[in-house]
Amino acid sequence: MSKYDKLTTNAVGRTVPQIINGKEAIPFMGVGKYKPTGRKYAPPISSCADYPADGNKVVASLRDALIRCGLKDGMTISTHHHFRNGDLVANQIFDIAAELGAKELTWAPSASFECHSPLIKYLEDGTIHHIEGSMNGALGRHTSEGGMQGMGILRSHGGRYQAIQDGDLHVDIAVIAAPTADPFGNATGDRGPAACGLLGFALADSQYADKVIVVTDNLVPFPCVPWQIHGNYVDYVVVMDQIGIPEKIISGTTEITKSPDRLLLAEMTAQFCDEAGIVRDGFSFQAGAGGTALSIGIYFAEMLRKRGMKARFARGGSNKYLVSMLEEGLVDYILDGQTFDLEGVRSMRENNNHLNTSPFTSYNYHGKGNFASMVDVVILGATEVDINFNANVVTHSDGYLLHGIGGWMNCLFSKCVILPIPLFRDRMPVIRDEVTTICGPGELIDVIVTERGIAINPLRTDLIDKMKGSSLPVKTIHQLKDEAERICGKPALPVLSDEFIAAIKWVDGTVIDAVRRVVK
Amino acid sequence: MATIATTGNKGKGVRSDCALTLEIMQQGGVQTELISKVKVLYGESILRLCHEILTFYGIEHARLTVEDSGALEFVIAARLEAAIRQLTGDKKEYLPAMLPQNAYQTTRDRNRFSRLYLPGNTPSLMINAGIHKPNGIILDLEDAVAVTKKAEARFLVRNALRALDFYGAERMVRINQVPAGLEDLDYIIPHNVNLILVPKCESAEQIAQVNRRIAELKTKHNIEGNVWLMPIIESALGVLKALEIAQSDNVVALAIGLEDYTADLGTRRTNEGTESFFARSMVVNACKAAGIQAIDSVFSDVADMEALKQNVLRSKALGFDGMGCIHPRQIRVIHDNFAPDEVEIDKAKKIVNAFMEATEKGLGVVSLGTKMIDPPVVKRARRTIDLAVSMGKLSPGWRDAFPENQKA
Repeated sequence: MSKYDKLTTNAVGRTVPQIINGKEAIPFMGVGKYKPTGRKYAPPISSCADYPADGNKVVASLRDALIRCGLKDGMTISTHHHFRNGDLVANQIFDIAAELGAKELTWAPSASFECHSPLIKYLEDGTIHHIEGSMNGALGRHTSEGGMQGMGILRSHGGRYQAIQDGDLHVDIAVIAAPTADPFGNATGDRGPAACGLLGFALADSQYADKVIVVTDNLVPFPCVPWQIHGNYVDYVVVMDQIGIPEKIISGTTEITKSPDRLLLAEMTAQFCDEAGIVRDGFSFQAGAGGTALSIGIYFAEMLRKRGMKARFARGGSNKYLVSMLEEGLVDYILDGQTFDLEGVRSMRENNNHLNTSPFTSYNYHGKGNFASMVDVVILGATEVDINFNANVVTHSDGYLLHGIGGWMNCLFSKCVILPIPLFRDRMPVIRDEVTTICGPGELIDVIVTERGIAINPLRTDLIDKMKGSSLPVKTIHQLKDEAERICGKPALPVLSDEFIAAIKWVDGTVIDAVRRVVK
Repeated sequence: MATIATTGNKGKGVRSDCALTLEIMQQGGVQTELISKVKVLYGESILRLCHEILTFYGIEHARLTVEDSGALEFVIAARLEAAIRQLTGDKKEYLPAMLPQNAYQTTRDRNRFSRLYLPGNTPSLMINAGIHKPNGIILDLEDAVAVTKKAEARFLVRNALRALDFYGAERMVRINQVPAGLEDLDYIIPHNVNLILVPKCESAEQIAQVNRRIAELKTKHNIEGNVWLMPIIESALGVLKALEIAQSDNVVALAIGLEDYTADLGTRRTNEGTESFFARSMVVNACKAAGIQAIDSVFSDVADMEALKQNVLRSKALGFDGMGCIHPRQIRVIHDNFAPDEVEIDKAKKIVNAFMEATEKGLGVVSLGTKMIDPPVVKRARRTIDLAVSMGKLSPGWRDAFPENQKA
């Protein structure tokens, strides 16, 4: 099986394969253009007669569970990134698979982290054929240099739900690491030694995988309440000494930034939102986990407090700052996709207005609507933006694949998408003639805020009108690019191979871009 | 003379800088090695620049290693020139182009609420300094530069004066203590510096030396613009000599440096500042007597904005016109609290309005109610109004909306 075949040009002018890992792939057709028909994918029919009537599904070990699930060559095994860089489960699965001699597996994590770097050896020895999810850090570097047998596939959080629901991603065995669970398989993330808040990324897998294993280090007698994951979907329960390292479960970027440059970006972004009329009573917002994004939340809070207003809802990633806004009454609800710190976990456990959501509610293309498009403003990052406002979040300007997509693509459907980014990082200009990889088409990206000026997408004439006479430095994207190049010099283009190593799937499952191998 | 020179910085936490090792050889041409995080984007341009500079100095055989952490061209050029100077003593200068937007002059009495100190050998802190809009940016050759790095910092500061956008901030350099600092001037004066800070100043004679050196350099390089001086008073003797220093030519402000001053007194700096009350008052008095600005010492706790605010308010109440800062976050607090407050603006509005009415009516005497107003008071009030307008605290058309009942 070749990695890919049948190259074509898609609707954003990128060369992409129409066959990936032996399966048909549809080139990106434009935003909202691709609407598959037919019926959703369904898992095999199960019968409760096959499961213990006393509800006890506990088996001896993860190895035992994987064997009972029928682990064999070519299967797809999924895991989830609720424990972020503190995950102790995913690596063990493939240690066992390698011991059992399984080959050509597909690993389908909802995201990968540095802690998964040991899996490189299984990419090398053929245990893992390719990854569908994200390839971060060392895994990304390995993939970029051609070290993966198959094509890597990167999807957004919503795209993962979409792909599972329309059958593009078939999961044979889902392994759900759960901070607390009962013998029936009911599971929750909001308590236990490895508490991480919620388990939303595992929802699709629990519903659609052929076999589902819940792994916990905190088994409680039935019932485990709340049951974020329903035991009725679960085949086996495994108890381990430890499933996650608590201090690494907490994301590294949950403090507001002390960098004066980033604070300036945050302040300019908040002022922009204010002057554009976005910050008003009853508005809604979503900001990511980065220090700059967190600081914007602080500026929003100040504005709301001063004017006696409140936001209707904030979409998480939650953290202590968002929680304090909720507790102070500056926001009615947190609709949380993942909790970034222990305050977020506590609040989710204790506060009925702090709700756990999933890619299904928030991002799924095959839902009858989703939350993302209802958010007034979303603050996101990017590694590069080009003069057509296309943005990249997965590769660096030297061509290396180093980051996952997360919910980024899905969030582009918010009413106003703002990317606060430095004009250059050290000497690397962020605004380019053309992005190395397109992850988001420019038509969905409204505003670029840099420390040296703000560019508004010409499509957003309403925002341009509102900012007339503003004291903020509103410029064109070309002016910003020129300014970056005046300071840094004009960058050379990376020389990349003709060979593709990974595909970027849009929220609807079509291929928006493909990533080339790096020439060392 | 040494055969191998190393300049610049590398290692963990170093950004926007590079470390160079240069060895001049007898044969073999120029061999270069580049390690850079931006090699893919700028590798070729970095090497092209290095070759160009070596050719400029007529160096045909050399071994050059560049360990780059994303340095801009003016930084790489400064590092290489410093290395060549170490090895050859060649005094030819390789100058980056002067940015046209840096060609401005400053006035004697311009606003100097804030001036941001930047270590003269740390490029990463320089690049974005101007976007935080301090009134002045100080490239520091004195205390913020390690003794072993003093020589190479001169090249970096010189290149920064030419190639770094100051975004309208007053372009300042703190030289080393006179007499050693006089040589710093040779590197700085030809590149449109607006103001020189003279540290640990204790006599008018020191300022005269600085003025003489600057005058020579201005003649030599055919420079017309003013170079203002801001001596820093940092010792007991300096405090007692404040008036003669303040009255020296080209001096537009005195600054006070309290760390060294309290050390000189044999006491410690406290938040209340009782130990420096006399010195601060002396400096303010000397400045006001000489008709120049008084600038307060930096506040060193960069995390405590409330304490900074209180410090600024005390400073303003003593008569200071501005303060140094060591972190961009301090700029806003300093501006907001040195800015004229509501009471000051209201009073200034009444005075300026009375003055304008008198002028419109052709009256020679300005009066407010039953009080006569002297010209210096009017001048000060106009300055307050200008400041309030420039800081957005007052609309430029304030007089149109000036209420009848407030008028004289």
